[in-house]
Amino acid sequence: MPDIQPFLKELLSAPGLSGYEMPVSRIIAEKWKPLVDELSQSKIGSLHGLHKGSGAEPRPSVMIATHMDAIGLMVTGIVDGLLRFTDVGGVDPRILPGQPVIVHGRQELPGIIIQPSGRLLPPEIGDGTVPMEHLLIDTGLLPRKVAELVRVGDLVSFATEPTELAGEALAGHTLDNRAAVAALTVCLEELQNRTHAWDLWAAATVQEETGLTGAATSTFEIRPSLAIAVDVTWAKGPGANDWNTYPLGKGPTLGWGPNVHPALYKAFKDLADKLEIPTAMEVMPSHSGTDGWAMQVTAEGIPTIVIGIPLRYMHTPVEVVAIKDIQRVGRLMAEFISGLTPDYMDTIQWEEQP
Amino acid sequence: MTINVGNSQLKLLERLCNAVAVSGEEGEVRAIILEELKNHADEIKVDALGNVLVTKKGSGRKRPRVMLAAHMDEIGFMLTAEDGEGIYRFETVGGIDPRQMVGKQIQVGKEHMPGVIGARPIHLTTADERRKKIPLDNLRIDLGPGGKAKIGDRATFATNFRRVGPSIFAKALDDRLGVTTLIELVRNAPPNIDLLAAFTVQEEVGLRGAKVAAYTFDPDMAIAIDSTPANDLPTWDGEENTAYNTKLDHGPAIYVADGATLADPRLIRLLTETGDAAKIPYQIRQPGGGGTDAGSIHKQRAGIPSVSVSIPGRYAHSAIGLVRLNDWKNTLALLDAALRRITPNLLVGERK
Repeated sequence: MPDIQPFLKELLSAPGLSGYEMPVSRIIAEKWKPLVDELSQSKIGSLHGLHKGSGAEPRPSVMIATHMDAIGLMVTGIVDGLLRFTDVGGVDPRILPGQPVIVHGRQELPGIIIQPSGRLLPPEIGDGTVPMEHLLIDTGLLPRKVAELVRVGDLVSFATEPTELAGEALAGHTLDNRAAVAALTVCLEELQNRTHAWDLWAAATVQEETGLTGAATSTFEIRPSLAIAVDVTWAKGPGANDWNTYPLGKGPTLGWGPNVHPALYKAFKDLADKLEIPTAMEVMPSHSGTDGWAMQVTAEGIPTIVIGIPLRYMHTPVEVVAIKDIQRVGRLMAEFISGLTPDYMDTIQWEEQP
Repeated sequence: MTINVGNSQLKLLERLCNAVAVSGEEGEVRAIILEELKNHADEIKVDALGNVLVTKKGSGRKRPRVMLAAHMDEIGFMLTAEDGEGIYRFETVGGIDPRQMVGKQIQVGKEHMPGVIGARPIHLTTADERRKKIPLDNLRIDLGPGGKAKIGDRATFATNFRRVGPSIFAKALDDRLGVTTLIELVRNAPPNIDLLAAFTVQEEVGLRGAKVAAYTFDPDMAIAIDSTPANDLPTWDGEENTAYNTKLDHGPAIYVADGATLADPRLIRLLTETGDAAKIPYQIRQPGGGGTDAGSIHKQRAGIPSVSVSIPGRYAHSAIGLVRLNDWKNTLALLDAALRRITPNLLVGERK
């Protein structure tokens, strides 16, 4: 299996905040170009790669959605050369003080998020959380230069460099959801030397963090027979041992709940067991919090499954993923796709029929 | 040759800031100092606590013995217990606000093993929970599955030195800037004094290295070179910031009174008059709390007239500090010029 880590690191180094995904989209397009038959872009910027099947036309198709947008910040004001900001996507203000960032002004400006000392803040904050509205970004430049280079509305990305940890784990920002983009890329690479009857649509979607917008629109455009959403899920670890957390590096999760067609769940579960790929059932009582939620209700409705890659410290600049889990997801999807027979859709049925 | 900050000084500062030397384990910085000064000193020794004591003699007659101190140690962490799976509990060494620890990359042990301090995902938190800080008790250093460190290993933030426009971003500028400054002063020591340079240990845990270094040197006077907060940010409600401590871009900060020392007025005057005469900008640090190595030096033996000079810096004791290159240049220039003005009569007569 090819080593996906270098590509993943490259993905993490590219900005691509929700609504502004082009920098990362270009890197993905470059990587996918030799792996797909056609590459296109949706009206709002999602990237679609078609890997054609060998079955007779019209062929059924499966679409895999992995969102490429990143959470980040946006400048809301400038005071004495320092920047006030708000978040794009969900950011806990407690992770922010001391973080390195890039301000996408008229130039890319490195900066740090700073927590002013207590005497400069409302006294009631004390030693509690400093709300985002009181945090600032310092670019190290003089106020005159900042006024020239930065405007309200400019985007701000996290800039923590990815780091390799023990146990083939990688720490970095935006592993949510570039880890899934990497898993989809593994799947495409696996399919290079195999025939498959169905068409595969690989999609790197936009604006997931702000409302599943890319997934909804791409699924409508592609109209797949089956939909797969791959996103990160919460790994067990410090600060997270709830019922809905899963061990890191011990295999992907398969979603179970209203967002997942039970027949598709069973198909993936049986396949994973046969391949000896460990999986955990991820119980999703209602909203899956993934692109799958929008994909399922596109047009007349599409049988959908949600696959999760366990990730520690989600939505912090030090998210941690196990590379092995990414490879497992890629392989599982490739095996599923190459096993799809032309009449496979007949098996995705509800038990009760008229 | 006038003393200045050029590429070689910046390179040295970068090496020193990127080195790891948490209080009690200052070896990496000690090694750099010994290497840098081995050909520039009359005597170098490492004392019982690990202080590096460097003597550089002048050439004149009746040379005052002037001690300069800069601390080698930095704030950080120590691993206290293992939770298994490469996850460790830790305690703080020196003063660090737990709010500054969350979501950071960390380096652990002599090998600089990479690790992270994470946080509960926002999705699993309530708005109420997010209003409270995450206490130290709930934070862990994660080395990755199966990562192995030892209880007692030190750790600190993994931050790389970076120059941006007029500024420097780095960890441990407190007090590697002082260390770099002192190395330069030793290399360019003036002939009118015996320069006694103490690169001290354990400043961040109670000014402990300086105490024994001052005993050993038994100097006539002392200057601590350190870093002090520039709290010169806007206030939340737009009111005037009256408690800024020091300001960036206003030059070296001369101490009159901090939490540990009432500086000797004759030495304060030496510094201000030097600045005025040489047209080097300086500022008086607002009297207040805090302390430098001078706090333990001035009480050593029968008393040692002392003062402190700091480079103003923002965001000390966090993952990334920020200073202005010009403030460093002016600090170096002021100290160099002041040392040259010291005469045997400086401290003769009343302290006033």
